[in-house]
Amino acid sequence: MIEARGLTKFYGDFPAIEDVSFAAEPGEVIGFLGPNGAGKTTTMRIITGFTPPTAGTAVVAGHDVQEEPLDARASIGYLPETVPLYTDMTVREYLHYMGELRGMTKSRVRARVEDVFGLCRLEEYTDSLVSKLSKGYRQRVGIAQAILHEPPVLVLDEPTIGIDPRQVVETRQIIRGLGGDHTVILSTHILPEVSMVCDRVLIIHEGRIVVMDTAERLSARLGGVSRVVMDVRGPREQIQKTLATVDGVSEVTLSDAGGRQQFVVECAPSRDIRVELARAVADHGWGLVELRAMGLSLEEIFLRLTTEDEETAA
Amino acid sequence: MNVRTIRTIWLRELRSYANSPNAWVIAAIFLGLTGLSFALSVTGRYPEATIRGFLFGPIGPIGAFFLTILIAPALTMRLLAEEQKLGTMELLLTAPVRDIEIVFGKYLAALTILTGMYALTLYFPLLLFFFGSPDVIPLITGYFVLFLVGAVAVAVGMLGSALTANQIVAAIFSLAILLVLWLFNATAALGDPDHAWTDVVTFLAMNEHVRDMAFGVFDTRDIIYFLSLIVFFLFLTVRAVETRRWR
Repeated sequence: MIEARGLTKFYGDFPAIEDVSFAAEPGEVIGFLGPNGAGKTTTMRIITGFTPPTAGTAVVAGHDVQEEPLDARASIGYLPETVPLYTDMTVREYLHYMGELRGMTKSRVRARVEDVFGLCRLEEYTDSLVSKLSKGYRQRVGIAQAILHEPPVLVLDEPTIGIDPRQVVETRQIIRGLGGDHTVILSTHILPEVSMVCDRVLIIHEGRIVVMDTAERLSARLGGVSRVVMDVRGPREQIQKTLATVDGVSEVTLSDAGGRQQFVVECAPSRDIRVELARAVADHGWGLVELRAMGLSLEEIFLRLTTEDEETAA
Repeated sequence: MNVRTIRTIWLRELRSYANSPNAWVIAAIFLGLTGLSFALSVTGRYPEATIRGFLFGPIGPIGAFFLTILIAPALTMRLLAEEQKLGTMELLLTAPVRDIEIVFGKYLAALTILTGMYALTLYFPLLLFFFGSPDVIPLITGYFVLFLVGAVAVAVGMLGSALTANQIVAAIFSLAILLVLWLFNATAALGDPDHAWTDVVTFLAMNEHVRDMAFGVFDTRDIIYFLSLIVFFLFLTVRAVETRRWR
């Protein structure tokens, strides 16, 4: 449904993305994950035909975005990062305009606008001016215009940024519901969002694809637990020694935070040894006040993935 | 080119003009000042049954030609600059719409509004018929050349609006081009009247090409001159929109 081959984009001498290739099957939800400036938006802008690539090709629904731009663009619904809305229109007027711009017939626009009001839960705001809407609702209007013409491909750039947590959950549900009928590409820099919403994850770092895999395999590969923080009451040196002997532990450091004894246990990322750690404390009769796994931050994942690549290359 | 797409964009821009005070204020100023020009020209010591007073203005720059040059940038500055500011340009350029359709739709909307303002001055010739017996031909060619000047002014305004996301910069840029285009022939007075450049700057100036038609003389060279300017500036506008994709 979407095929990108060797996409490269230079802004002057600066490469925004280099040699980005991937393919998306029909009905798949693909997540672009990466920090700000990694090249997610640039990749999306090339696929939607907003920006031409310096090199490489992108084919959407069988149409090359450079050779047959109108056909390719007609198959895409796009939500840019800054939700583009005409503030002087009502939600209904805006959606009608977008529908007609995409060549939908008047009657189809009318029917579909009612549909997307329901899908995006906009029923109460159909005749409100766009400028009066809150950010979360603007985001929904943005999604509504993207799915209005029932495109086979949806490109959503940071669809959950800057909206409140309840709306984030709702927006994710909407997007999850879109997979199946649509091929969806979405970008985010929120790690859990990817595993919640996406079938496949594509991690972009400094303009290159670092890894592309299913969400489950990626989290397995990166290991659920890599660092455990424990607050234990008891003789500190003894505790530290005991914890270090637990199988799978690589290092135990001690930090005194607000008079509490906190042990930070570094362990192999592929194994969850929280049960073993708890047992070791309990066997000695010490008081276990807190035990908490610390997930990898996005930065740590990048660090790990980029160094992993270098290791395999070496 | 897809006529339906152009029509969709044209209608949206017309609605947008109707909903903002901008166009109404501009229309009021235009009608007030041209009404004053017309009134002065037919009530002076040597009244004549023509619309030339309305077109050129009896005092300073308040004739319809020069006012068109002043108001067209204000009318067009929003058209493309605002899309760039709001980010909706990204939406337009990723919709199955050609760049030229976007430019045409918006151009026609601004020209429609301007033509509407001209149409509201048609009571001037009606008054002439009521109180006198004017020549019909200069009335027709006069309004026709006014429309052509308006069409050029809006095309220049589109270019200004395409080049920047800042509406004020867009308006000032377009106004500067239009003033130069209108008054180019004034520079001829500075130099040697026999020099070849004198002919060139004289030919390029718009006010050299409005005179004949304002007096009822129909010259295809003038019409080709205006049409060339319209095509030239719309072409540059389309190219300017295209370059938006590269930034």
